[in-house]
Amino acid sequence: MTRLLHCLPLLLALALPISMPAFAVQPDEVLEDAGLEARAREISRKLRCPVCQGENIDDSNAAISRDLRLYVRERLVAGDTDAEVVDNVVERFGEFVLFEPRASGSGLILWLAGPLMALVAALLAWRFLRSRNVAPAETPKLDAAEQKRLDEIMRRS
Amino acid sequence: MIAEYGHFALILAFAVAVYQMTIPMVGAAKGWHGWMESARPAALAQLLLMAISFAALTIAFVTSDFSVTLVYENSHTSKPLIYKISGVWGNHEGSMLLWVLILALFGAAAALFGGNLPPSLRARVLGVQAAVSVAFYAFIIFTSNPFWRMGNPPFDGRDLNPLLQDPGLAFHPPFLYLGYVGLSMAFSFAVAALIEGRVDAAWARWVRPWTLAAWIFLTIGIALGSWWAYYELGWGGFWFWDPVENASFMPWLLAAALLHSAIVVEMREALKSWTILLAIMAFGFSLIGTFIVRSGVITSVHSFANDPERGIFILAILAVFIGGALTLYAFRASAMTAKGVFAPLSREGALVLNNVLLAVAAFVVFIGTIWPLVAEMFWGRVLSVGPPFFNQAFTPFMIVLAIALPVGALMPWKRAALARSLRPLRGALVLTAAVMALVFAVSTGHSALAVIGAGLGSWLIFGALSELWLRTGSSGAARLLRLPRADWGKAVAHGGLGVTFIAVSLIQAWQVEDVRVAELNRPFQVGDFQMVLRSVERNDGPNYLAQRALVDVTRDGRPVATLTPEKRVYPVQGMPTTEAAIDYGFWRDLYVVLGDEQAGGGWALRTYVKPFANWIWGGAMLMALGGLISLSDRRYRVAAGARRTAHAATVAAE
Repeated sequence: MTRLLHCLPLLLALALPISMPAFAVQPDEVLEDAGLEARAREISRKLRCPVCQGENIDDSNAAISRDLRLYVRERLVAGDTDAEVVDNVVERFGEFVLFEPRASGSGLILWLAGPLMALVAALLAWRFLRSRNVAPAETPKLDAAEQKRLDEIMRRS
Repeated sequence: MIAEYGHFALILAFAVAVYQMTIPMVGAAKGWHGWMESARPAALAQLLLMAISFAALTIAFVTSDFSVTLVYENSHTSKPLIYKISGVWGNHEGSMLLWVLILALFGAAAALFGGNLPPSLRARVLGVQAAVSVAFYAFIIFTSNPFWRMGNPPFDGRDLNPLLQDPGLAFHPPFLYLGYVGLSMAFSFAVAALIEGRVDAAWARWVRPWTLAAWIFLTIGIALGSWWAYYELGWGGFWFWDPVENASFMPWLLAAALLHSAIVVEMREALKSWTILLAIMAFGFSLIGTFIVRSGVITSVHSFANDPERGIFILAILAVFIGGALTLYAFRASAMTAKGVFAPLSREGALVLNNVLLAVAAFVVFIGTIWPLVAEMFWGRVLSVGPPFFNQAFTPFMIVLAIALPVGALMPWKRAALARSLRPLRGALVLTAAVMALVFAVSTGHSALAVIGAGLGSWLIFGALSELWLRTGSSGAARLLRLPRADWGKAVAHGGLGVTFIAVSLIQAWQVEDVRVAELNRPFQVGDFQMVLRSVERNDGPNYLAQRALVDVTRDGRPVATLTPEKRVYPVQGMPTTEAAIDYGFWRDLYVVLGDEQAGGGWALRTYVKPFANWIWGGAMLMALGGLISLSDRRYRVAAGARRTAHAATVAAE
C-alpha cells in the first residue's frame, strides 16, 4: 500500500526540477472521445509502471507512467486495437509491465494451477466424504459361537 | 540507561524462553509434574520482561533519545506524540520487537487461561510457543537489534515516513501482528497434540477460541490497512493484491478455514488430521508473510527493510518450524482416526466444501504471489502478477462459496436433504432476486459485476437472517434474543461477508470519476453533485507545509459538504503527499484530491463518487464483531467457569 513511497525516491531523482505531479491521470491527458478514454483507462490499469513497485500506470505519478499513458492514448487515437497497444508496450519494456501475465508457455502453469488444485482438492474431499459415509449398519458379523449364544438367549426369552 | 535496561530485559526473556522450551517438554515426556508446571511462571516472566523491553524502546522514542540509532532513523522532535509512539513499530526492528511482545502475550495468556488443559498438553503448548519465541528472540538480537546506540548522537532525527503518520496506520500493524502471532497458538496446540498423539473434541474446543481471536485481529488489521490505503494514497483504491497484502490475506483465508474445520472436530470428531494440517499451514503462512515483507525477495511496496541476511534467517525459522511440524505430522497423522459418520450432503460435507474453497483460494493467492520469483528462477522470465490475474483466478472460488454458504449453514449434521435445506431460504431467494432486478435496472450499461456481486451479497445477508429466524422456531421474535451467541456470531459474520461482497462489486461497477482543471468559483457537475472550487490557501502543520483547497458541494441546490483536500510536503523527508478530502456517507463517499496549480489558471482537481465505500470496512467490522460474539458464547464461558473453580480448589488445597 505504500507504493507511492517507493516510487518517490526515483521520481524525485528523475523529476525534481520539474514541478511535482500531484496525481496520476492529469486533466490534459484525458481524451475528448469518452469511448477511447475508457479503453485507455482499461489498458492503463493492466500496465505496470516500470520504475515503481507495483503500481499501474493509471495510478502512478512517475514521469514514465505519464509518457506511457500518453503513448497508449496516441496509439488508440491512431486506430490500434487494445491488444496491439499492449503488445507494443510489452515489446519495449518486456513482460514485466504486464500485470496480467500471459497464459502461454510456462505462464500456463500459473493460470491452470488454481483450477487443477481445485479439481484435486474436490476429488480428495469427495473420497473423504465417501469414506465417512459408511452405513451405520457396519456392526461386525457375529461368528458361529456368538450366533449360538444369541440363539440361546432368544430361545430363553 | 533506559535503552540498556530494555536490551537486557530482551536478552533475559530470550534465556527464559530457552528454559521454557526445554524443561517443561522434558517434564511432559517424563511425567514430572513440577517441571511441567514451571512453564507457567516462565511464560509470565517472558511477558513481564518483554513488556519492560518494549516500554524501554517506547520511552526512547517518546523522549526522542537520538543516541539510539533506531530512534534517530525513524523519529523527529517535531512529530506529534501519537506518531512518536507508533514510530516504535513503524520500522523493521521495532516491529519485530512488537512481534515477540505479542508472542509472549499469547504465551502468558495460555498460561493464565489454560487452567483446564491437561497438564502435559499445557506444558507442551507452552514449550512449542517458547520455541517459536526463541527463534524470533535470536532473530532480533543477532540481526535486528533495536537498541543499538550511536557514538555521536545527532541533534535531530530523520522522521517517520509521512505516509505512516496517520491514525489508521498507527494501529494497523499491532492488529495484524496480533492476528499473525495469534495463529502461533493454533500452531502450538497442533504440534503439542501431535506430540501427545491425541486430538479430540476437547482439543478442538481449546484451540478454537485462540484461532477465533487471531482471526478477529487479522480481520481488523487487514480492514484498517485497506481503509488507510483508501483515504491516504489519493485515488481511493482499497485492495491492490500487493505481495504484502496477500501475505496477510493468505493466513486470513486459512484461519477462516481452520475455524470451520475445528467446528467439525469439536462437534463430530472428524477432519482431525486436516485440522492439524491447517493449523500448521495457517501459522506457516504467517511466517511466509513475514519472510516476504522482511526479505524483499518479492518486490513489494511494503518491504521497507529489504535485507537478504534477515530474509535467510526467517527462511531458516520457517524451514525448521514448518518443516519440523510437517515431519511430525507425517509420522503421527495416521493416529488421528475419525469417529464421526456422515453423508456427503450434510453440515460436515458443507464445511468440507468451505475448507476446499478457502484452502484452494489461499493457494491461488500464494502461487500468484510467488510466481514472479518462480518464473525468474526457472525460465528467466521477469514478469508481474497483478490485480487482473487475481481478480480472475480468485473470484470464482468466492462466488461458489457465496452461493453455497447459506444452504450449507442450514444443513443438519450427519445427513441433509437439499430440498429441505433450501425450503427456509425461499424468502431469501425471492429478496435476492428482487435486489438483483433492482441493481440491473439502476445500473447504466447493465454491468454484470454489479448484478452478480449485489446478488451474492444479498443472498448471504438474507440467508443469515433466514437462519436466525429459523432458529427461533415457532416461538417467534421473543426467542431471538435468547439464541446461543454462537448462532448470532455466525449470522453476523456471514452477513458481514455479504455486506463486503456488495460493496466490493458496486464500488467498482458504479464509481464515477472526474479529472479536470477547476477554475476558482466556476461550478462543475460530477454525477449528481455540483462542485465549486472556492479557494486554495497555505495551511502548514507542525512538521509539514501544505496547500489547502476549499471545495463546496451541493446537490439540487442543497449544500452537501465543504471539502478541504490538501497537498503536503514533509521537509525532513523531502516527501510530498496528497491528503484526500472525503465526505463519508452511508450510500456513497465523495472523494476529492487536489492537484497542481495550472499554468493557464485554475487547479487540477480529481473527484470521485464512490458508492457503498464504507460497506467494505463495515462488512469487515461485522465479520470481526460476529467472531467476537461467537467468542463470548456460553461454550467457552462455561469452560472458563470450570477453570476458575478448579483453580480455587487447588488454592484451597494449598
